[in-house]
Amino acid sequence: MKDNGLKLAVVAIFWWAFLPPVAHADNLAVRNCNWCHGGSAEGYTPAPRLAGQRPQYLEQQLAYFHARTRDNPFSRQYMWGAAASLTPQSARQLALYYSSLQPKAANDGVPDLAPLGERIYQEGMPDANIVACVVCHGPNAEGVGQIPRLGGLASSYLKRRLEQWTEGYHAAAGPPMPDIASKLSPDQIEALASYLSFVK
Amino acid sequence: MLAPWSKAVRSLQTFRTGKTMMGRRLAPPKHQAIKTIRRRLTLIVAILTIVFGAGRAQHGIAASSQDVQAKLSYCKDCHGPSAQGYRGYFPIPRLAGQQPSYLENQLQAFIEHRRTNNVMFNVAHSLSPSMVAALAANFHSLNPPPIGGAPQRLVATGRKIFQDGMPDVNIAACAACHGPDATGSEQIPRLAGQLYPYVIKELTNWGKERGQNPARPDISAVMSPVAHSLNKEQIEAVAAYVSTLR
Repeated sequence: MKDNGLKLAVVAIFWWAFLPPVAHADNLAVRNCNWCHGGSAEGYTPAPRLAGQRPQYLEQQLAYFHARTRDNPFSRQYMWGAAASLTPQSARQLALYYSSLQPKAANDGVPDLAPLGERIYQEGMPDANIVACVVCHGPNAEGVGQIPRLGGLASSYLKRRLEQWTEGYHAAAGPPMPDIASKLSPDQIEALASYLSFVK
Repeated sequence: MLAPWSKAVRSLQTFRTGKTMMGRRLAPPKHQAIKTIRRRLTLIVAILTIVFGAGRAQHGIAASSQDVQAKLSYCKDCHGPSAQGYRGYFPIPRLAGQQPSYLENQLQAFIEHRRTNNVMFNVAHSLSPSMVAALAANFHSLNPPPIGGAPQRLVATGRKIFQDGMPDVNIAACAACHGPDATGSEQIPRLAGQLYPYVIKELTNWGKERGQNPARPDISAVMSPVAHSLNKEQIEAVAAYVSTLR
């Protein structure tokens, strides 16, 4: 009995010792991110909220920053440097850490525009060849896999992202977002960004 | 229209229970079971094709090629740049290589609430008959490789069910209707290269998603007993197999 207990303890110690270090708020890399993205990663304009974002999406974006293919001005200015020395392993740990934080909605859109945004998001506008965002991003804009959570992100961030698809940025991400965004009018982009900022 | 339809359902009933409506038991020898299943299904398919295929010729002003291109790009925003399908929050089916009659019938099914899907209901409403014909012809002509992603270990079991069926539990060979290469015909869909999660979702929800308008029974009724009889593992196996076919 005693022997078994000892063996178990040894195994447990070894298991713990060889576990990869889990990212944590004390972690230097996390502190570095929080400098711009906010103390609990709730976002700090123009840096987007990371809390509750899909881990595969975060990992993919860090890879894009590292490869310098996500190339809008703020990415160039901040994220290219921030991701330059990240290994794939540390990128994955950061992604898992931030995805585990509870997200809060930014609620900073224009309430009057939200109903139009909701309609475009949930139903699309077939006559104008605008697809329904819900099909890929999910009923509560929660995202899945490499498709990002949009619900509760800051409206200013959502608006700029939608605009940037048609300005030639993020080309490496491929279809379908550049094409979808090109069909949205400025008013429709405002409406979507407002609606999504309120989604919990 | 209803008479041949009920005849088809009756022969399906006969196939499932081994009894005619009058209660006489049909007991073909075991080794003939598959042959009999195939023959009966072929008959059903032939009848349904005639019933639902008739009067489908669409007339109308042809959609301009510019409008068709714009609409194609709209479809492909979700269904993928080569209509190969896409794994969004919901699995979005492959349309490439699909049978035009199947696509036309499904778009009509969304409008008539035979098939429930809010997003596709809206989409289908915005399409004129000539647009539907143009889109269907275009998708039929595409042949991108399947997107893959199914567990390979399930493929062999899936192939067996697809090609031979399971006569002991009244499951017909999928190949009998969908064809040995799963390319479908007329209103029977091509399954080759279809998305693994999409096939699972459809077979699992068949009775809740298709044939939902009692006033307008449709060809989906042929599939309901089969979908109902397949268990989760069998559904996954068949889905894995067809998703690998080119």
